[in-house]
Amino acid sequence: MTRRAFLIAVLVVLLAPFVSAQAGAEKTIAITNARIIPVAGAEIPNGTILIKDGTIAAIGADVAVPAGTEVFDATGLRAYPGMIDGYSSLGLVEISGVPATVDSRETGRINPQARALEAIRYDSMHIPIARSNGITAAVVAPSGGLVSGVSCLLKLDGWTNREMAVKPAAAMHIELPGLRSGRGGFGGRRGGQPQADGPKLLAELKQLFSDARAYEKRRDAAARNGLLALPEFDETSEALLPLLKGEMPAMISVHSERDIKAAIAFVREENIKAVFYGVEQGFKAAGELAEAGIPVIIGSLYDLPTVWEDGYDALYRNPGVLAKAGIKIGFSSSSASVAKDLPYHAAKAAAFGLDKAEALRAVTINTAEILGVGQTMGSLEKGKAANIVLADDDILELRTNIRKVYIDGREVDLSNRYTELLDKFKKREIK
Amino acid sequence: VKSVTLPRFAIIAFLAAFAVTLTPRPASADGGDILIKNGTILTVTKGTIAKGDILVIDGIIKEIGENIAAPPGVRVVDAAGRFVIPGIIDSHTHIALAGTNEGSEAITPEADVGTVINADNTSILTALSGGVTMVHTMHGSANPIGGPNVVLKMKWGRPSEELVVHEALPTLKFALGENVKQAGRTVQPGQDRRYPATRMGVNAIIRREFEKARNYMEEWDRYTKAAAAKNPPRTLVPPRKDLRLEVLAEMLRGERVARCHSYQATETLEFMELAKEFGFKVRCFEHIWEGYKIADELAAAGIGISVFADSWAYKMEAAEGIAEMAGYCAKRGVLVSINSDSGERIRRLFNDAAKTMKYGGLTEDEALRLVTINPAIQLGVDRIVGSLEVGKQGDIAVFNERPMSAYTRCDMTIIEGDVYFDREEIVKEREEAAKKAAAAGEKGGVS
Repeated sequence: MTRRAFLIAVLVVLLAPFVSAQAGAEKTIAITNARIIPVAGAEIPNGTILIKDGTIAAIGADVAVPAGTEVFDATGLRAYPGMIDGYSSLGLVEISGVPATVDSRETGRINPQARALEAIRYDSMHIPIARSNGITAAVVAPSGGLVSGVSCLLKLDGWTNREMAVKPAAAMHIELPGLRSGRGGFGGRRGGQPQADGPKLLAELKQLFSDARAYEKRRDAAARNGLLALPEFDETSEALLPLLKGEMPAMISVHSERDIKAAIAFVREENIKAVFYGVEQGFKAAGELAEAGIPVIIGSLYDLPTVWEDGYDALYRNPGVLAKAGIKIGFSSSSASVAKDLPYHAAKAAAFGLDKAEALRAVTINTAEILGVGQTMGSLEKGKAANIVLADDDILELRTNIRKVYIDGREVDLSNRYTELLDKFKKREIK
Repeated sequence: VKSVTLPRFAIIAFLAAFAVTLTPRPASADGGDILIKNGTILTVTKGTIAKGDILVIDGIIKEIGENIAAPPGVRVVDAAGRFVIPGIIDSHTHIALAGTNEGSEAITPEADVGTVINADNTSILTALSGGVTMVHTMHGSANPIGGPNVVLKMKWGRPSEELVVHEALPTLKFALGENVKQAGRTVQPGQDRRYPATRMGVNAIIRREFEKARNYMEEWDRYTKAAAAKNPPRTLVPPRKDLRLEVLAEMLRGERVARCHSYQATETLEFMELAKEFGFKVRCFEHIWEGYKIADELAAAGIGISVFADSWAYKMEAAEGIAEMAGYCAKRGVLVSINSDSGERIRRLFNDAAKTMKYGGLTEDEALRLVTINPAIQLGVDRIVGSLEVGKQGDIAVFNERPMSAYTRCDMTIIEGDVYFDREEIVKEREEAAKKAAAAGEKGGVS
């Protein structure tokens, strides 16, 4: 072998994983004999999904598999659409107690210019763990302050942050105060009244929005008329404009009944698109929410009731009440390190009154629709992205094992930090 | 000026809400007798009975079987289609206390959480709503040597002394690593760091205290012997009584066992060396996220672990945690329990236990052990609780679906034959309160 041929051979070996991952999108794959739960449409007891160019080319009980197609026989497995986490800090938080690894919260209170996309650590150790439990996309949200920044809808496979971004600017995040000082915690409940005045904060937002609109007018007028002075560049106003023009929704963290009602009025008056997040006392304003047509991303159910008198199960039954009122709900992990638990939040709500089929929709198609990507993902339908999960049982169940995950038609690696560490120490022999 | 008064319906609704949630229960509402019929009984130690009855009399399980007739006056609970398991036990939590950490000094074995039990803490209700009947509520992790811990039953409405489980092994909290070296603490100008600030210092300070305790015991031995002599010297005076070293002396005499908060493999192995050197017993390591790396050492030493299912990566020393740990260690012969360490997670310990089926490959029965009989063994109370067996205390939880299912819900929690949590009753009272409120005012919906 010449030196040159040897180098080429080495290169081929080194690049093989990369090349195969790239080539995967082009490959035609058929998943056969699966019990298909498409979420949109009826269950197919024994069917085939044909994947071509990263999308679902055909799905059904009688799908012809072209010659030369790579076939995976999924006998005994169920096929689901990949789950979507409606609110996470994946890629922004590695080790929450080590500030050097935390990029989720910008300093100060008004940060519409902060874009999660630009900080996402795409090789976060938490992403493969979430992915190996069937989660194929997630909203990565900034937090803190009154205006936290812009979230990104991320697919959980890819080599760079930009490559993984499904929607680089998913929503502008606004936070109204919670009902207590901390979540969960040591001694038990911390119930009570909102920490700060929600309506007062909404008034502050109104001022910000009004300033941004005025700024835009001056800026545009100056652009048209060279005699007018250009207004000084206003970062906050510039960053708020896409929200005010309806190019992205606001995702408003809102918790108490009073603030939910105030936020509904605010959204109406400002004529912006909005999604509410958290919404722990939503069951007390379900009629108003339904009437306003505002969808809800449910906050973590790993929490205690905000107000004890709401009942011990207030958080658990809240999603069921909202869904029954006709509100579109999606679930969230509200986490990075346990983003993998997304399906269990949905199952918990199902234990307290939410219809099981609705619980499944609320981790798939509902969330896709809430984020404006319902046309391309969230269910198993012809033409949609081939985000597919093969599971040996109900995908919302704790005991269920995920056997295969496809994102954009590529089969993704299910190994992760857990499996790597376990494999390493399993080899240990004590002398 | 018109005086401001609350609308009548608001007052009624407010009082009704309190009646539902906050009124202490009367003592022994059911007199310690109950018959649960037709449930699927997961005894944990004696297999599963597909459809059976369980009779509790005077707080003790009297009979488990089929077609048990209700003695006169005994409340009967229909558990048809439901699942009956032993009351869940939390091996490590901090609820129902008026204080957790005596963090001002590194060594505080005299600070006993058993002296600050808060029986009015609503965390007890939260625990009950998740089927929890017993907790090991512990001193915090601010000190290399913290204080004694206490085991409580979740008898909401009873005075604190009635909650204490005296049969439990006396334990003492130890802690290693980031918390005790105060890694996250910002030192103000002019202040010194508390010693120890490294893992070296942590190990050294624990050794120092046990050396002191040994000396202290020796001093007392000498005095006792001298005092017992025929003609004790007239100058003989007893040594000074040291409340800290008294507790450590109990450890050295084997009357008290260590429950040690640790994360890393090294600090854990070194604590085991200390235990060997001084001859004290380690019952459990707490959290111990690197436990899977030394599973065989733990199993060989007969030391249990009390861990999270998968809460990890919240600090540097928790960055190598793996969700497979509990199951993996259990399979390698370590006595494992899943704990809450939280007033929130405590109500979903059954969910956390179920995670070991997926991560770690345990069966449903094995997973259930992690929150029932295993913590009972760790606390030294497996003779009286932790499984459903005739002669044990009637601590029972009833679930609407298989307890290891994500869709399950706790419907009833019973301690010594008394019902302390009854979902049906809560839902009924809530609906009645809502109806009353709606009737009292046109607006309604006030809760």
